[in-house]
Amino acid sequence: MSGGGAPAARTGWREWLTTDTPTSRRHARIAALYHGWLSFSSNPMAMFGLAILTFLVLVAIFAPLLAPHDPFAQDLGFRLKPLWTEGFPLGTDSLGRDILSRLIYGSRITLYIVILVAMIAPVVGLFMGTVAGYAGGWADTILMRITDIFLAFPRLVLALAFVAALGAGIENAVIAISLTAWPPYARIARAETLTIRNSDYIAAVQLQGAGALRIITKHIWPLCISSLIVRVTLDMAGIILAAAGLGFLGLGAQPPSPEWGAMISEGRKFILDYWWVATVPGLAIFTVSLAFNLLGDGLRDVLDPKDSTQ
Amino acid sequence: MPPFLPVAIRIARTLGSIAVTMLGLLFVTFLIGRVMPIDPVIAVVGERATKETYQAAYEAMGLDRPVVVQFLYYIWDVVRGDFGQSLLNARPVSEDIKRVFPATLELATLGTIIGVVIGVPLGVFAAVKRGTWIDQIARFVALIGYSMPIFWLGLVGLLVFYGILGWVGGPGRVGIFYVDVVPPVTGMILVDSILDGNWDVFRDALSHIILPASLLGYYSLAYISRMTRSFMLEQMSAEYITTARVKGMSERAVIWRHAFGNIKVQLITVIALSYAGLLEGSVLTEIIFAWPGIGSYITTALLSADMNAVLGGTVMIGLVFVCLNIFSDLLYKFFDPRAK
Repeated sequence: MSGGGAPAARTGWREWLTTDTPTSRRHARIAALYHGWLSFSSNPMAMFGLAILTFLVLVAIFAPLLAPHDPFAQDLGFRLKPLWTEGFPLGTDSLGRDILSRLIYGSRITLYIVILVAMIAPVVGLFMGTVAGYAGGWADTILMRITDIFLAFPRLVLALAFVAALGAGIENAVIAISLTAWPPYARIARAETLTIRNSDYIAAVQLQGAGALRIITKHIWPLCISSLIVRVTLDMAGIILAAAGLGFLGLGAQPPSPEWGAMISEGRKFILDYWWVATVPGLAIFTVSLAFNLLGDGLRDVLDPKDSTQ
Repeated sequence: MPPFLPVAIRIARTLGSIAVTMLGLLFVTFLIGRVMPIDPVIAVVGERATKETYQAAYEAMGLDRPVVVQFLYYIWDVVRGDFGQSLLNARPVSEDIKRVFPATLELATLGTIIGVVIGVPLGVFAAVKRGTWIDQIARFVALIGYSMPIFWLGLVGLLVFYGILGWVGGPGRVGIFYVDVVPPVTGMILVDSILDGNWDVFRDALSHIILPASLLGYYSLAYISRMTRSFMLEQMSAEYITTARVKGMSERAVIWRHAFGNIKVQLITVIALSYAGLLEGSVLTEIIFAWPGIGSYITTALLSADMNAVLGGTVMIGLVFVCLNIFSDLLYKFFDPRAK
């Protein structure tokens, strides 16, 4: 083990990354990440999930280049063509639009929903949970009561009612899903905070004069992140299914948007004669939520070994 | 301190938290009803009503009272089982719910039965034969269940088993010739037809329910088998299991009497939760299979902006959901000494 600060050119990066004696804080952090990556990448199923999601992101970014047709261009003379039609590998829908192009553009909507929900729900949960856990007393009781009430709610039905009140649309669907998704994160964050709150290092920073805000944001939040990431990844599959369900009911993305759930809903009328119109987008939803489940399982083994069911 | 006091406090606390949760539920539905962009008065009197008519309806609906008072009235109405009138058919929402709820209950119950009958043994075997092919199958089954959009699987099921193979009845609860043949006693056609002794209706109803119920059963199975497996793994690694084996007890007795005996309470909790989940998860399934249950009811009402019906249905599902949650919680607390 060289122990030198900069990676010695000959011993290579691997040595530097796997050293037992990090030379700086940054070095230690990168080495820890690399160790996590090593154990993550030895899990073929998790890598498979990661590969699918990487593919999804690339497809979403390069959608205009990849899509062979305009996803909104209608051609009624060319409607309901079967799979493997010349120029339309996945056939066309009831308005003669190319299903493959719509799928490709739909990946953007799926990612958009996933990212928005992932930015809202865990943040709200983290905030509620850490404040409740750190403050204790009345604040804890009230915040946790609110959490319990939302947790006791049937999620899809609540989301339905929210969308009914706010109006149909993709942003409102995101808000409705986030509103029903945050309580588990608050529970997790609170549990983590309770175990951290009484540790010695928190007492040490308290003695140094750190205020509650600084302790929560700088010393408690970073430690809650890893368990939240695992939970968010595992929940993503459910969030995608919920969004697709709202789209299917006509309460999420509105036509002519190529949202996958809405595409299934459009194809539903023709299911007995033209089965591919509804089945193909369903396969896409299934693939993406499967990928999130596989990735979440893999991340859990790396980041949160105590919860692993393996 | 008298010895009964701790128990009394515990009961009072539980009742208190039930009451708070119920109030919270009602408050949220009340809020949703209030932020609704559709003006409930216009929905009643129509868009071309005169100002006086509008004002009279506004006051008759109690919208001029303070919000807190309105909320209290709302609670009082719900307690009496009054959810207002449906705008679509001008009937009380509570009557509609009474009519559609048994259909959902029938579907969710059969789904849970399927989930338990297959899921529990699958979970136990997956844990006992850990790492073998049966464990892999259980894992695979659960993974697919967690990743598949239920409405899509329903469509494909209809396509294959009804459209192509013709093995099952199509959408709806019974075929058109059997509608309203048996007198409704419980509202669940399977039960009613048995009570009536009308086996033709029973067979027809069964052929219609089997596909949606299997679908829900599959989702419940995915969850139940996963939980059973992890509970069993926890027990199987305990020392008392080793002791039992060392004493020469048969493997079957070790697994079913000792390990399984100890997870029963946890398992019932999980089953109650999954049952509650199916009651709500049936929303999408009911749409696909044109099943006239509470999920279809809410969605239809939603698309025609019939807010009383939407909120009534939401409160109903919410109440059942909360009750099942509390039931499983209590069961856990009172029957599992480890939880104390």
